[in-house]
Amino acid sequence: MSSSNGGYYLPAPSHWPIVGSVGMFLMLFGFASFLHGSSALVMSAGAVIIVVMLFGWFGTVINESLSGKYNSQVDTSFRMGMAWFIFSEVMFFAAFFGVLFYARMWSIPWLAGGSNNVMTNELLWPGFEAVWPTNGPGDLGGDYQYMGPWGIPAINTLLLLSSGVTITWAHWGLKKEDRTQLILGLMATVALGVVFLGFQAYEYYHAYTDLNLKLTTGMYGSTFFMLTGFHGMHVTLGVTMLFVILIRSMKGHFTEENHFAFEAVAWYWHFVDVVWLGLFVFVYWLV
Amino acid sequence: MSTATTHDDHHDHGAPSGLMRWVTTTNHKDIGTLYLWFAFIMLLIGGAMAMVIRAELFQPGLQVVDPNFFNTMTTMHGLIMVFGAIMPGMVGLANWQIPLMIGAPDMALPRMNNWSFWILPFAGTMLLSTLFMEGGGPAFGWTFYAPLSTTFAPASTDFFIFAIHMLGFSSIMGAINIIATVLNMRAPGMTLMKMPLFVWTWFITAFLLIAVMPVLAGAVTMMLTDRNFGTSFFDAAGGGDPVLFQHVFWFFGHPEVYIMILPAFGVVSEIIPTFARKKLFGYSSMVYATASIAFLSFIVYAHHMFTTGMPVAGELYFMYATIMIAVPTAVKVFNWTATMWKGSMTFETPMLWAIAFVFLFTIGGFTGLMMGIAPADMQYHDTYFIVAHFHYVLVTGALFSIIAAFYYWAPKWTGHMVDERLGKIHFWWSVISVNVLFFPQHFIGLAGMPRRIPDYSLQFADWNMISSLGGFAFGLAQVFFIYVIIKTIRGGKAATAEVWEGSHGLEWTIPSPAPYHTFETAPEVK
Repeated sequence: MSSSNGGYYLPAPSHWPIVGSVGMFLMLFGFASFLHGSSALVMSAGAVIIVVMLFGWFGTVINESLSGKYNSQVDTSFRMGMAWFIFSEVMFFAAFFGVLFYARMWSIPWLAGGSNNVMTNELLWPGFEAVWPTNGPGDLGGDYQYMGPWGIPAINTLLLLSSGVTITWAHWGLKKEDRTQLILGLMATVALGVVFLGFQAYEYYHAYTDLNLKLTTGMYGSTFFMLTGFHGMHVTLGVTMLFVILIRSMKGHFTEENHFAFEAVAWYWHFVDVVWLGLFVFVYWLV
Repeated sequence: MSTATTHDDHHDHGAPSGLMRWVTTTNHKDIGTLYLWFAFIMLLIGGAMAMVIRAELFQPGLQVVDPNFFNTMTTMHGLIMVFGAIMPGMVGLANWQIPLMIGAPDMALPRMNNWSFWILPFAGTMLLSTLFMEGGGPAFGWTFYAPLSTTFAPASTDFFIFAIHMLGFSSIMGAINIIATVLNMRAPGMTLMKMPLFVWTWFITAFLLIAVMPVLAGAVTMMLTDRNFGTSFFDAAGGGDPVLFQHVFWFFGHPEVYIMILPAFGVVSEIIPTFARKKLFGYSSMVYATASIAFLSFIVYAHHMFTTGMPVAGELYFMYATIMIAVPTAVKVFNWTATMWKGSMTFETPMLWAIAFVFLFTIGGFTGLMMGIAPADMQYHDTYFIVAHFHYVLVTGALFSIIAAFYYWAPKWTGHMVDERLGKIHFWWSVISVNVLFFPQHFIGLAGMPRRIPDYSLQFADWNMISSLGGFAFGLAQVFFIYVIIKTIRGGKAATAEVWEGSHGLEWTIPSPAPYHTFETAPEVK
């Protein structure tokens, strides 16, 4: 209050957080109820409320940003927030990668009698041998084929790496005030992301119909679908965010110095890209 | 760095009124107050569950509740105390104190700060609602090991899973906010190595939270899919492993216990110098010790799993790594003691709680060393000795520090001094009863009484009865605490800005009670 501009901006009381909490509660309570036989109504209502909240909250922030209320210190807070949020996402994926490594390095060899587990193998799972991929000594889900790396996954790797190039090209455009390059670069990035998702969807369809590879195919199916599935959800979120900043770019938002939202989305997109490289190597390639 | 503040609403100088003030607030003091009240209400709910447990264990045999409900009580008591009472209590202190201690006008991201809090009542409601569901609430212990929590768990477990997701989301946002605040909002001249130790410990804790809460989210997500969608992460038939759950859980769980105790170290490191009227001994070694403990917390977690049949090399590694934690922890205890050495000591209520913390937390630390020794832990594992250990670190450690923080900072928050006589009654009542409650549990644990069992054999009867009596007395002491809190809020001797004779730091330069907005023009720190 002591200065009307240039100070650290403290927002007025906001109703968006409580809307978000109600939406989150309804969505998750509804989902758990849905799993036990209730209709999907509550869950869907919660999801709609969350979407409304996201529009309202981000809309407020965008308006505040456009009206010049944020100084560079506020910008730094946002940057730190986004960077550490991405770190938390890295740790989320780390948990699932950790599970994959643990299963391949330890628990599956142990089921096959490795280390001090000869009798485990002899008494509980006689004849089980440690191989990867595996659907376990119980042969869960029956015969299946694994997903090799050199078809769609390799193409997808190429798509995501290219999208990292196009978003950087768009950023260069923004920094030299070439709006056309910015918009074209973002369009290309969104398009590459959408094609990636299309290929992933086709791959899942192929896995379920042709390979009998399912979520229920033991440890291989579990890690394959959970890792690629969560990655796909993050790509979907990333594409959505890219689409939002594309629209904002078309509306003339962002200046060459002030475009935190663009950079945050770009960071997120590179994060999604790096996770994919991990998936390509450890889930698809090293089978 | 800018040193001034702008507001959305230029007429908004004081606190708005009505219920919506609390729902929509973006003010760190309001949000801190909300966190503290939430934590206290959860403490009473979790405490009521502990009373059920102690009532059932008052005598051998089954008297009060049926065994499944007993297990539900131990489970929910643990979950509510960890996620509902201690963690939000510490975050409440952080919200109130960090901006005041570093000379910031508010937290870095005030709207997100509101959301971090307002997720909690919804998550708490979801968690407590499981008690009223068909099949009962979760009864598999607060560690929710598979397959108890997957194959053999009640339907309400899925609601429990989503409650954990929400709590984790809240914690991650809160931690991000604290990191951004500490790194970006310090007053000019407040260099990192001038920050009060409470700020330092919370800063380091925030990194722990961001690193491990997502892993917990991963663990409960895998539970969810194992339960509902046919994955086999924790099922050996599919090539998974129930012990894998314990690895993922304790990768979260061990840093989690430091998340609850590091801010407590910070509180005590503020209080002891004030009442010893000396600077904190070994400030920089305190910072490095905190960081070392945080780092070590990631590489010791499997000491919770010595009896799972891991390879001997693994047991040896985790044993040696665990014992190493004694070094930085001992540095801290030494520094607190050295701060008091030849100090001009007085024993106001906050100091009593802080000294009790140093003594009793250290007892909990020593029993931790005992069970860190893998061969000895084979004997202690899953007995009441473990229960005694972690209650010494969490009740007389973490909880005592939050209570100490209340007595220390309440004059700043409310503008009223706490009645010393009532505070001392609360202290002696609590500190005696808590030892009657938990110390005998060492004996029955060493004698072999297992935890999480509603009935026990006759040789444990005497100590259990004594422990229960201590438990009821300790529970009553916290009901008395409600009276102390409300009395302090409603009146009492007016507090000065400094409050305590030996106080030090920025929070004591502003009036008591702290105005709604503080440090809108940043102070200069020399």
